[in-house]
Amino acid sequence: MKGSQIIITALEQENVEVVFGYPGGAVLPLYDALYHSKLRHILTRHEQGAAHAADGYARSSGKPGVVFATSGPGATNLVTGIANAQMDSVPMVLITGQVVTRLIGTDAFQEADITGITLPITKHNYLVKNAGDLSRVIAEAFHLATTGRPGPVLIDIPKDVFEQEAEFSYQKTPDITGYKPTYEGHQGQVSRAARAIAAAKKPVVFAGGGIIRSGAYRELQELVERGQIPITLSLMGLGAFPGSDSLFLGMAGMHGTVAANYALMEADLILAAGVRFDDRVTGKLESFAPGAKIIHIDIDPAEIGKNVAVDIPIVGDLKRVLASLLARFKSPETGTWVRQVQEWCNRYPLSVREEEPESKIKPQYVIKEIYRLTGGEAIIATDVGQHQMWTAQHYRFDRPRTFLTSGGLGTMGYGLPAALGAATASPGRDVWCIAGDGGIQMNIQELVTAVNYCLPVKIAIMNNGYLGMVRQWQEMFYEGRYACTELAGNPDFVKVAEAFGATGLRATRCSEVAAVLETAADTRGPVLIDFQIDREENVYPMVAPNYPLSEIIFEGKGRGK
Amino acid sequence: MKQVLAVLVENKAGVLTRVAGLFSRRGFNIDSLAVGETVEPGISRMTIALEGDEAQVEQVEKQLNKLINVLKVVNLSREPTVFRELMLIKVKAEPQTRSDIQQIVETFRGKVVDVSLNSMIIEVTGNDEKLEAIKLLLEHFGIIEVARTGRVALLRSLKIDGDRS
Repeated sequence: MKGSQIIITALEQENVEVVFGYPGGAVLPLYDALYHSKLRHILTRHEQGAAHAADGYARSSGKPGVVFATSGPGATNLVTGIANAQMDSVPMVLITGQVVTRLIGTDAFQEADITGITLPITKHNYLVKNAGDLSRVIAEAFHLATTGRPGPVLIDIPKDVFEQEAEFSYQKTPDITGYKPTYEGHQGQVSRAARAIAAAKKPVVFAGGGIIRSGAYRELQELVERGQIPITLSLMGLGAFPGSDSLFLGMAGMHGTVAANYALMEADLILAAGVRFDDRVTGKLESFAPGAKIIHIDIDPAEIGKNVAVDIPIVGDLKRVLASLLARFKSPETGTWVRQVQEWCNRYPLSVREEEPESKIKPQYVIKEIYRLTGGEAIIATDVGQHQMWTAQHYRFDRPRTFLTSGGLGTMGYGLPAALGAATASPGRDVWCIAGDGGIQMNIQELVTAVNYCLPVKIAIMNNGYLGMVRQWQEMFYEGRYACTELAGNPDFVKVAEAFGATGLRATRCSEVAAVLETAADTRGPVLIDFQIDREENVYPMVAPNYPLSEIIFEGKGRGK
Repeated sequence: MKQVLAVLVENKAGVLTRVAGLFSRRGFNIDSLAVGETVEPGISRMTIALEGDEAQVEQVEKQLNKLINVLKVVNLSREPTVFRELMLIKVKAEPQTRSDIQQIVETFRGKVVDVSLNSMIIEVTGNDEKLEAIKLLLEHFGIIEVARTGRVALLRSLKIDGDRS
């Protein structure tokens, strides 16, 4: 069998249904083999789009995303998408073409050392110089990408290796000597954790993306409900626990709710599950959760103790660890504490404003209307910035795998292609992309992909003519000097949509929002809506970078506590 | 605090880059790094000396363990260990100073491995203190060049259980 055929057959063995990619010289033999197979291929308009689409496919479905790209610029265009997946632990397998073996190292046409370039941003990568290694390497790549802490794995294959003949012998879930993730939690530690929880007076659950990767939602919900323990989620965790549950305090961190941040700061015990204590969540590290004993459960031992000191570390798969914790679970007495945090929830709600029909559009209102329209059932992809935080705050994510957002890397341009990936994975589901006017222009070319493949994604642009979040920081920390953040000369987004063959809509007044959203929902195919929002609306509440979580800046610039 | 890690790795293309890259990327400093084959074919041993507090070094160990080509990481500083390093020193040696140098070399159980009209190359093996000591003494004569292998280390087989209960 030819190398290229080995790859296609291996992908079929792994039940891959769709590949996102972009052809080129070095992958011609691979695309030729693809031509004869039943695999679906989504041709994006930029390799970065393909990488983000595969990421969105993976996050929304739980299955690994697969990408093809050619050597040199094809491969380097994937870099942002790979780094993005690595930071957020998204399973992906990327196959890149390379120049022929005898030209490697000679600066040949379209040569780039992509295994060298992606070494720090992949879970692992391979350069395959022998077709005989392909079966094993592909099996290893899928195994590595999808198990333990998931992540992207890149396989670089020289053009002549695609053409080489070799045996196909595929063994799924291979044994890899240097790779043995720990799945079962240490039972002694689990017992210690159970005792600590039972003894706690002011416990808080702080859960993150790990719950979603592990599929530990039921266990998490049971633990929170049985223990009557208030819960907060990281950005990556949204959807891991029902957003409308009364014990849910909202997101924690820089733009988290007051109740969530106060609860973390006042807690005597934090059960941290599948989080990595990112600086956007802890605020000033030395001041974080001063009175709390911390139980930290994660499948990656390197996350434990990396940022905060942990009292009870447990390495393992969250689903199994939480199940064994539940087996020894004794509820703490939390009545007074729950009343306290609920008082914070009531006293400090996320901004509530009466909407005047003729007033400027407030972005928070648009998000709430999208939530109302979709019944919270849609998959929402975002870019990065103010609209992302407004979405995190105001769309109550009730289900896992419905919020696709670039958490760790903070990648503008992620939203649209990620939404396309989700729409590919889940035909028939509502998929919305909420973006800013800056980010949407970073991968706007993928509108063609949406139109070509009839992916009925609805795109809501929160258009303020600024790089809004950067402008907000300039307003708050640089005395209002808006250096290069005004996006002057933005295109007419309605015309852009139409030029791409999609439907374009616009709303400029509050009274138009609900109607335009309904029109979008009722329109077949991709729709882009240009919401011209209040230009200098800011995201509140806010904890300034490297400040304690308790020092919250409220709307109107007051700093609390 | 100085610590020494023994890292067993698969001897595959790029593995040194993966290990070295991890150190620079995460802001850890390597004092010395020595690589060589082990008795098992396909497996190499890296001995890495580094500076860092307990938490930093623990993080290094965990991050190393995450590399797929890394098979085992042992922190030798926590165990009874034999450390050795080999050093070659080219020192200025006039006819009248040669015997003085030779005496020092003998005291340190070193070897003279090359002699020219006005210089000698000396080979000496030992732990850090011993190598520093001879270097200090030879500086008096004028050191032209020094080459060191970096530390290698093996766990002692016999452990004395004195302070273990």
